Amino acid sequence: MYTEIVMDHFTNPRNVGEIENADGMGEVGNVKCGDIMRIYLRINADEIIEDIKFKTFGCGSAIAASSIATVIVKGKAVKEALQLTNKQVVDALGGLPAVKVHCSVLAEQALKAAIFDYAKKFGKEYPELEGFDPDADDDHHDLIEEIGEF
Amino acid sequence: MRLVYMDYSATTPVKEEVLQEMLPYFTEKFGNASSIYSTGRQAKHDMDAARKRIADHLHCVPEELYFTSGGSEADNWAIKGIAKARKSKGNHIITSKIEHHAVLHVCETLEKEGFDVTYLDVDEKGLVDPKAVEAAITDQTILITIMYINNEIGTIEPIVEIGEIAKKHQIIFHTDAVQALGNLRIDLSELPVDLMTFSAHKVYGPKGVGALYVRKGIRIPNLIEGGAQERRRRAGTENVAGIVGFAKAVEIAYDQFDEHVERLVSLREKLIEGLIAAIPDTRVSGDRDQRHPGNVHVCFKYIEGESILLSLDMVGIAGSSGSACTSGSLDPSHVLMAIGLGHDIAHGSLRLTIGDFTTEDDIDYILEQLPPIIDRLRRMSPLYEEAKGAK
Repeated sequence: MYTEIVMDHFTNPRNVGEIENADGMGEVGNVKCGDIMRIYLRINADEIIEDIKFKTFGCGSAIAASSIATVIVKGKAVKEALQLTNKQVVDALGGLPAVKVHCSVLAEQALKAAIFDYAKKFGKEYPELEGFDPDADDDHHDLIEEIGEF
Repeated sequence: MRLVYMDYSATTPVKEEVLQEMLPYFTEKFGNASSIYSTGRQAKHDMDAARKRIADHLHCVPEELYFTSGGSEADNWAIKGIAKARKSKGNHIITSKIEHHAVLHVCETLEKEGFDVTYLDVDEKGLVDPKAVEAAITDQTILITIMYINNEIGTIEPIVEIGEIAKKHQIIFHTDAVQALGNLRIDLSELPVDLMTFSAHKVYGPKGVGALYVRKGIRIPNLIEGGAQERRRRAGTENVAGIVGFAKAVEIAYDQFDEHVERLVSLREKLIEGLIAAIPDTRVSGDRDQRHPGNVHVCFKYIEGESILLSLDMVGIAGSSGSACTSGSLDPSHVLMAIGLGHDIAHGSLRLTIGDFTTEDDIDYILEQLPPIIDRLRRMSPLYEEAKGAK
């Protein structure tokens, strides 16, 4: 059902935890749907993601998607991190079952929500965040239709 | 790696004695039970003997048992059959919200065809209230179908009371007894039940065989049309090997009934108590007394069921869950919703079902492996952190 990469990131998730006084924190998902993802960011003056941590309530693929997303963007510039798509997350995991694709969307959204929080705190503006609503309810489930199967 | 199978309510392994009894029917005794020559007659004879062996244990007459491809077919046949047969008398069916999908989906289909269905609520332990059954009866009610034991949380329903009510109002009563066979001493000479569904693979028999009990005097139209098998009521070349295996499995179940139940209950209680003691915020689902002898169903707050199952699988423990991620939908199982669990609790559900090959050692192994798994997942969960912070 899951690839070896998914199982690896589920069993040994990278960057689990919290960052105290994080520069940005974002949370998406809700209990009803069975997955909540929270991402913490430490960002330096050059707008580089120095550190990233996550906490996730969810299934194996939700945990793996959170883990790999943090690995992908750690050390990258915020601008670059904003380019992360859920498809990249899926590809990096070696694929996800169709019903689990929304977990990758959740990872993308959680990262965006954390950067949104950072931008707000530090008065930064990123065109990629235009129209982004960190509190949008469960968009990731509706997105599955459009994304289709990988 | 050590393998601990804890999903006996999903299916059971075929017992060695059952397999041995089945094997000749795949090779030298392969005849078609409808054929006139000796190999065919032999198959027919052994199949009818199997029917009698089962009937003797269930205390019914062999002619009241019809073999099917399994529990789902028997449920479909019973409900669709009664609906069709009694359409002129009324269009109302009473069932519960926690039935197996083989009952619920049939009822939903019948609703589209003009039948009215009442889906009764259950209490927080999953019990149907017989008074609610009686209150739901109208002059249009033709069928009541309530399961004997719930497959998920293990609750035993008060089917004697419900059956008496059905009888009083002259309404047909069907019960899905798939989880009950071998775990409750079913006696059809005493139970007020008109139709009962059975499956072989839940009692250490083979998959692909079940039976529908239809009390004498009740007629239902055929579901599967074709040849004249099963006294023209269920077409299709009989699965003789499976039927013979089913009979052997039922015999063993009844021969070893008391020790089977006693052993399972003792292992069940050890596991439930052990989990409660070792893992904080553990909620036992279902009724602690009116319970399937091998059913352990618990919810661990703050985490999600699929991640528990994956973690258990990595240490060789096979279980199941009613979480959304394992049910393939966005909601946790309909049973957990019906007993009033919140999504936060229901998502963290775990069902471990004990069977005849489960040992004390297995239970010890689970009690050693599961607590750190739950702890690890909770430490990853933002909900756990919040709850701890609030305390």
